[in-house]
Amino acid sequence: MANKAFSIEDFNLWYGTDQALYQINLDIPKHEITAVIGPSGCGKSTLLKTLNRMTETIPSVQTSGSIEYDGEDIFAKKKMVEELRTRVGMVFQKPNPFPKSIFENVAYGPKIHGIKKKQVLNEVVEKSLKGAAIWDEVHDRLNQNAFGLSGGQQQRVCIARCLAIEPDVILMDEPTSALDPISTLKIEELIKELKKDYTIIIVTHNMQQAARISDNTVFMLNGEMVEFSDTDQLFSNPKDKRTEDYITGRFG
Amino acid sequence: MNDKVNYSHIKGRVMKNAVVKWIFIMATSVALIFLALLIGRVLSQGVGYLSIDFLKNYPAPYIEEAGLFAGIMGSLAMISITAPVSMILGVCTALYLEEYARDNKFTRFIRVNVQNLAGVPSIVFGLLGLTFFVYLFEMGYTLIAGALTMSLLVLPIIVVAAQEAIRSVPSEIREASIGMGATKWQTIWRIVLPAAIPGILTGSILAFSRAIGETAPLIIVGAATAIYSIPDSLFSKYTVMPMQIYSWTARPQEEWQYVAAAGIIVLLIILLCMNAIAVWIRNKFQKRF
Amino acid sequence: MISKNNEQYSVQEMIQANKNKKSAFNLIEKGVPAFLLLCATVSVATTIGILFTLLSETIGFFQNISLTEFYLGTKWSPWTDHFGVAPLIAGTLLITVIAICVALPIGLAAAIFLSEYASERTRKIIKPILEILAGIPTVVYGFFALTFVSPMLSNIFTDMNIFNALSGGIVVGVMIIPMIASLSEDAMNAVPNSLREGALGLGATKFEVTRRVVMPAAFSGIIASIVLAISRAIGETMIVTIAAGATPNLTIDPTESIQTLTAFIVQGAKGDTSYHSTIYSSIYAVGMTLFVFTLLMNILSQYISRRFKEDY
Ligand SMILES: Nc1ncnc2c1ncn2[C@@H]1O[C@H](COP(=O)(O)OP(=O)(O)O)[C@@H](O)[C@H]1O
Ligand SMILES: [Mg+2]
Repeated sequence: MANKAFSIEDFNLWYGTDQALYQINLDIPKHEITAVIGPSGCGKSTLLKTLNRMTETIPSVQTSGSIEYDGEDIFAKKKMVEELRTRVGMVFQKPNPFPKSIFENVAYGPKIHGIKKKQVLNEVVEKSLKGAAIWDEVHDRLNQNAFGLSGGQQQRVCIARCLAIEPDVILMDEPTSALDPISTLKIEELIKELKKDYTIIIVTHNMQQAARISDNTVFMLNGEMVEFSDTDQLFSNPKDKRTEDYITGRFG
Repeated sequence: MNDKVNYSHIKGRVMKNAVVKWIFIMATSVALIFLALLIGRVLSQGVGYLSIDFLKNYPAPYIEEAGLFAGIMGSLAMISITAPVSMILGVCTALYLEEYARDNKFTRFIRVNVQNLAGVPSIVFGLLGLTFFVYLFEMGYTLIAGALTMSLLVLPIIVVAAQEAIRSVPSEIREASIGMGATKWQTIWRIVLPAAIPGILTGSILAFSRAIGETAPLIIVGAATAIYSIPDSLFSKYTVMPMQIYSWTARPQEEWQYVAAAGIIVLLIILLCMNAIAVWIRNKFQKRF
Repeated sequence: MISKNNEQYSVQEMIQANKNKKSAFNLIEKGVPAFLLLCATVSVATTIGILFTLLSETIGFFQNISLTEFYLGTKWSPWTDHFGVAPLIAGTLLITVIAICVALPIGLAAAIFLSEYASERTRKIIKPILEILAGIPTVVYGFFALTFVSPMLSNIFTDMNIFNALSGGIVVGVMIIPMIASLSEDAMNAVPNSLREGALGLGATKFEVTRRVVMPAAFSGIIASIVLAISRAIGETMIVTIAAGATPNLTIDPTESIQTLTAFIVQGAKGDTSYHSTIYSSIYAVGMTLFVFTLLMNILSQYISRRFKEDY
């Protein structure tokens, strides 16, 4: 199916002996925003990090089952994990710019992938910062350290950094949870804007946020995927009793 | 009545607390006074003998003509070999331990080994240098033999400092780099190392100031006490500042004490500058994460 | 794939194009860890080198001199063929005992003062000053011991030798004060405040809290710091070489001139000892003895701080 970004089948994941994901089956559509919600510790971040194989940086992690991206097994031996990660970018919970200038932050991705021409880098940086709706705020101080920016600005620079390598998918792990409401609003608008060009999977703690911006929603609980459907339907008419309990605030 | 007894009891305890506090303060002051005496003594003896000539002259049989030039240049030559050798080895070891090593027996062995090496008396490193560098590798009593011995001596200090600096780089920015498809080495080279450099430098400079002040191992590997030339190759004879100070101190005539004190002042000023630089680097880059 | 913002080129395409160069990358990715491992083995090689050095010469030494003579003999005079190490060990122990007598009370008092009594401001001033003591080269301490402490002491002990164990020992003690002070202070600082507050809340004075709560809780850390300081005192070379004399002397009289293990190594290596002569190899036998002493102390210190690590 051409409109599937990820296709996850019978996926299990263990941290050492603790199982964190149980039998996940999920098809994530392209060019839509898919939200992942659930109480903390239910495995949202774990699922997200699995999609660009970031979980592999933890030595104790073991998995079973299969995940396909664009019809190809992401765990295939001949597949280079670095290549997957240029296709599937990631934005983290806490803004995590490098201790470098704004320019160097955004140019980092292209540079490590061998793009050296100054002129190309300049264009890419400008385009990415514009894409992340932060160009106007920082264009006159690209050479300043990114740490000097506010939290919301830092997070948008991090998004720009991710856009610079033109991934197809952007994974976002609670990208606004460390930000104030106004910055949150800006980033939500940005995410909706990005949807035109990118497939976005966003983990959020905040159900209103999921309802506001996403097309589809996954509800997870204790490492299991409980329900996956159209966002409007999941919030207005949940099929599973546990989903209903969660969205009506009975736990979590 | 009961109240009264109790009250005096408390008073006694409070008194005791106050007295003990003063004992602690006085004991601490003893250490500070000792330091003040040492510095005062060295200054009062040595300042009169400090002069430009003292910095420019070679050793001489008369105190008016004796100078520290050979020692200053020798220390400089030694540290300019020791610094790169020990830093490359130390930082690479730390990178291996922190970034690549699996948690297995061998890794733990290296860790414990580094820790124990740091506790080996410096003179034993001198014996190591004597056997290997001076005799086995046939370097003789040369600058390179001394500098390599010193490199091994400060290596464990640098490894530990570099490990700490690398560990303090937040994992979030490593993840950011890995998440963009950077390889492990790209992440280390472009993100981790630049972020850890201030910490590594601070620790290394402190280690080098230790190397500049060391005497014992260099006596063993044959640094000269009096020499009338500065090292012009890796295989030159050499002396260092503390060696000259030692040889002046060891002379029976009292007037040489003053020359030694003058040498000590120069040595201490150099060490003070190195420490100031280390502290400056630490403060400048401290609160970045 | 959707074109992104009508650009003529796509970064992603360029990245894919660059991928062909990745084989060079692979070489680096595989080669670097190997190189780093190689560097890491240098520290292991150093240890092996030390053991090899000491052992090989020591074994040679014991082919000429019997173990019993070395360890049970009471006269050390290599130039007249007497190789009983006891006087050197006695000298080292004498220095160490004097040093600890100086450093233990002062170091501990400083640690308690800094961690329990001093204000943050005082602490910030005193601590770095104390640490200067640790950064002073030992040759400078030796100079001070010989030219200042010894003459001062000879006002009290009138028939004292100018080279003597007492001044050397005292100054070695001062040198290791910062070690005891800062490691013990770390141990005391690690005691959680809740423990202190509990006792203070019951009306205990600060001193009582220190003695009954903080010291017991930090005990292993304090002991570990002392053991480490002892090891440092045993291995100290320049101070004793300069100030304590060069007279191997089986004595407990601190006013006499003595010689330590370390000072003999300096003397032996400095003199015109020919390579592989008995005197030459005796340096290593003494070095081995020294190494074993300090190693045991270091291991003991690590064992104590690991074994009794308090989990708060
Ligand atoms: N690095 C790790 N090592 C071991 N267990 C982990 C690790 N990361 C997460 N876990 C465990 O996996 C489960 C899911 O965590 P996570 O995916 O972070 O949940 P969420 O993002 O939904 O809050 C939790 O029980 C957590 O304790
Ligand atoms: Mg999470």
